[in-house]
Amino acid sequence: MGQVDTPPSARKADRRNLDWFIDKAVQVLVFIAGISAIIFIIGIFVFITKEGVGFIFKSNYALSEPVFGLLEKQKMPEDQLDALTDLAGKKFATAEDLLKAVEGVIGVEGAAKYKDILITKSLDQPFNLKTFFTSPKWAPTSEVKPTYGALALMVGTASVTGLAMLIAIPFSLGAAIYIGEFATGRTREFLKILVELLAAIPSVVWGFIGLSIMNPLIIKLFNVPIGLNVLNAGVILGLMAAPIMTTIAEDALKAVPDRYREAAEAMGATRWQVILKVVLPAAKSGLVAAILLGVGRGFGETMAVLMATGHSINLPTSIFDSVRAMTATIAAELGEAAVGSDHYQALFTLGIFLFLVTFLINLTADLVLRGIRKE
Amino acid sequence: MFEASELNIRNRKVQRLFRILFLLMTLLLILPVAIILAILTWKGSSVINLSFLFTSPTEGMTAGGIFPALIGTIWLVSVALLFSVPLGVAAAVYLSEYARDNWFTRTINLAIINLAGVPSIVHALFGVGAFVLFFKFGTCILAASLTLGIMTLPVVIVSTWNALQAVPMAFREACWNMGATKWQTIRRIVLPNSISGILTGIILMVSQTAGETAPIMFTGAAFFLPHLPHSVFDQTMALSLHLFVLATQVPGVPEDLPYGVAFVLIALVMVMNSLSIAFRVYLRGKKKW
Repeated sequence: MGQVDTPPSARKADRRNLDWFIDKAVQVLVFIAGISAIIFIIGIFVFITKEGVGFIFKSNYALSEPVFGLLEKQKMPEDQLDALTDLAGKKFATAEDLLKAVEGVIGVEGAAKYKDILITKSLDQPFNLKTFFTSPKWAPTSEVKPTYGALALMVGTASVTGLAMLIAIPFSLGAAIYIGEFATGRTREFLKILVELLAAIPSVVWGFIGLSIMNPLIIKLFNVPIGLNVLNAGVILGLMAAPIMTTIAEDALKAVPDRYREAAEAMGATRWQVILKVVLPAAKSGLVAAILLGVGRGFGETMAVLMATGHSINLPTSIFDSVRAMTATIAAELGEAAVGSDHYQALFTLGIFLFLVTFLINLTADLVLRGIRKE
Repeated sequence: MFEASELNIRNRKVQRLFRILFLLMTLLLILPVAIILAILTWKGSSVINLSFLFTSPTEGMTAGGIFPALIGTIWLVSVALLFSVPLGVAAAVYLSEYARDNWFTRTINLAIINLAGVPSIVHALFGVGAFVLFFKFGTCILAASLTLGIMTLPVVIVSTWNALQAVPMAFREACWNMGATKWQTIRRIVLPNSISGILTGIILMVSQTAGETAPIMFTGAAFFLPHLPHSVFDQTMALSLHLFVLATQVPGVPEDLPYGVAFVLIALVMVMNSLSIAFRVYLRGKKKW
C-alpha cells in the first residue's frame, strides 16, 4: 500500500502534546488497577500456600515407641536405650540432625551401628492426606501424637450448610418470586429495601443472636441440654444467606425479557402459569447460580458458625449435636498456634482446602451464568 | 360476553393460592429477623447512653463503655477506604471504559467474583501470611485495613462499574467529537455524571467493612487495649471483635452489655445502608436522561 502524505495541518493537530501523554499514563494506571483483582486472587493463593503447603510434604524425624522396640530387638544395650529416652518425641527436621543428637547421647559408634533403624523408622509425617480426609480426629495440640483429621470439621461444615440451604433455598426462591413477579409498586420497593437491609447484618451479630437468643429458645422448645448445635447454626446461616440469595434470584427473574411474559399472558395464562411455565424455565441457570453462591457463602461463613455451633469436634447424628466447622477451627486456633509450627501450618492447609472449594463453587456459578448470557 | 369457564376459575384459584404462599414465605423470611432485631434494640438501648459511647471498658471489660472500639473501627474503615476506593474506582474505570469483551476481561471478572466469594477467614490467613509476616508490618491497623480493603474491593468495583455504565454512550461520543482525549472525557464527563452512584457503593463498602470480624482478628485488632491507637502501626480495638470477645471470651459480663455493643454495630450498619439506599432512590428521581 502506498503511503499517503499527511497534510501539514493534520500533522500539527496530531502532535503528541501533554494531554496525549497524560492520556497514555492514565491508561496504564487504570490497567494496573484493573488487573489488581487477578493479582490479589493469585496473591491469596500464593501466600496461604506458602504458609501451608510445606506441611503437606513435611517429614520429621522423631524417636517413638516403635523405634525403641526395634532398637531393643537389635540388642541395643539397656543403658544406651535409657540415655535415648530424653530424645523421645523430639522432632528433627532432617535425618542428619537426628543422627547428630543420637551421637551426642550414645556416641558415634553406637549411632552408626543402628543408623538404618534410626533413619528409616523414625521418619514421621505429621500430615497424611488419607488421615486428613478420613479421620474425624482433629487433635493438633495432643501431647501424645498430634493428629490432623479434618473429616469431623468437613461434616460439621456440610451439615450446617446443608440445613441452612434446606431453609434458605425454598424461602429465598419463594421470596424472589413474590417480590419479582407478584408484588408491584411500593410494596415491591419496600420489600426489596428490607431484604437488602437484612443482608447487611454483620456475621458477628448473627453469631451473637445464635448465642444469646436462639440458644435459650432451642433449649426451651426442644428440651435439650445445649442449644448451640447444628440446628442453631443452620437456622442462623439460613436466615443470613437467604437475603443475598433472594437478591440474586430476583435479578435472574428480572433478566427474563418481558415479551416472554406478555406472549404467555396473551394466550390466556394466569400469572402463576406464566411463572411456572415461562419465567422459571427461562431463569433456571440464574437461579442455580443464586443457590450456588448461597452455598459458597454458607460454606465460608466464619463468625456466626464459630459462635452458634457449640464448637465441639463431633460427627453429628442429629441436628441437636454440637459440631465444629472448618472456618471456625481456623478462627479459634490461629491465635494460639506458634508461627511456623505444625499446628499453624495445618490451619493454613485447611485454608487452602477452603479456598479451593469456594473457588470451584464460584467458578461453576460463573460458568452457569455465562451459559445464560450466550443464549 | 366472555364467561369464565370452570378451568379459568380453577386456574385463578391456583394463582391466588400460590400468591399467598409466596407472600407467606417472604414474610417468614423477614419477620423472624425483624423480631430478633426488635429484641436486640430493646435490650441494647437500655445500655446505650453518652458515657457508654465515650468511655473505655473498665473492670476487666465487665463495665464501662466502648469508646476505644468505636475509634478503632473508624481507624480501620478509614485506612481501608484510602486503599480500596482509589484502586476500586480505577479498576472499574478500566473495566467500563477501556476493557474489550475478550477472555482477559472475563478473567478479571472471574477474579473479582472469586475475591468476593473467598471466605473471610481465608482473607485473614492471607493477611497474616502477606502483611503481618511477609511485609513485616506486624499486627497493626495497616495490615488489618489492607486485608479488609482487599476483601471489600469487589463491592467498590461492581458498584462503580454499574454507575459508569449508567452514563449514556452519547455523552462520551459528544465529548470525543470535540477532540477530547479518553482521559479528558472520563474526568470531565463520565466521572462527574456517575459520582453519586460511586458514593452509594462506597457507603455500602463502609458498612460491610465495619461489621467484619474474622479478617481483623489476627491482623491488627486486639481484645483489649488501654489506650487509643496513634498511628497505622498500632494495634487497635474494634467494635465487631469487641462484641465477639464480650459474648464468648470474658467471664462475668453483665447480660445487657454485649446487647449494647450489638445494637451500636447494627445501628451503624443500618444507618449506612439506609443512607446508601436513600441516596440511590433520590438519584433515580433526579436522573436527567
